[in-house]
Amino acid sequence: MTGTLTLTHFSAALLFSIFASIVFGITQRNTARDQIRYGFYCFCMFIGGVFVGGWLMWLLRR
Amino acid sequence: MANSTTSKRAVAPPLNVLSVVAPAIGWLIPGAGHLIQKRWIRGFLLLASVVVMFILGLLMQGHVYKPNGGDILNILGFIGDLGSGGLYIVSLAKDLGQGAIAHASADYGTKFMFVAGLLNFISVADAYHISIGKKS
Repeated sequence: MTGTLTLTHFSAALLFSIFASIVFGITQRNTARDQIRYGFYCFCMFIGGVFVGGWLMWLLRR
Repeated sequence: MANSTTSKRAVAPPLNVLSVVAPAIGWLIPGAGHLIQKRWIRGFLLLASVVVMFILGLLMQGHVYKPNGGDILNILGFIGDLGSGGLYIVSLAKDLGQGAIAHASADYGTKFMFVAGLLNFISVADAYHISIGKKS
């Protein structure tokens, strides 16, 4: 691999959340509707966790 | 009492060719375990998710762990990477991802590849559950 991809912490977390949510949604639920709902739920929890973690670290740093 | 205990005992799922082949091929090629069972959309989404995560990890100069018997974190790293199956084998054969983790992006990349492998382990288990009829 010659080129180096540099992502910000947030964009890396966003990509991670998208792919992990797709796999969680497909593998953890049976019907298509439930899979989409659960995938979306996981994505929201991942992104929510990023923001909560970010604010906690900001508070700890003060 | 004895009868009720016996009736509650879990019945072993019927073993068929697909229940062996689907997890094996699903490990080697992410999503293929679903594709050979005609779960096209699920299979392609799993394939895309795992492959893109692994390639992004490589592009971020992530580290690919080789088989090792050293530090516990290195052993776990190897187990995680191994989950990617064919992607891991090809990256080792091409000597990719062998640099030091020198910056934050490389660390993210290492985690991307590790998690891609773990996600593939989950999709392998899902392919097995579909093959034995536990899941539709």
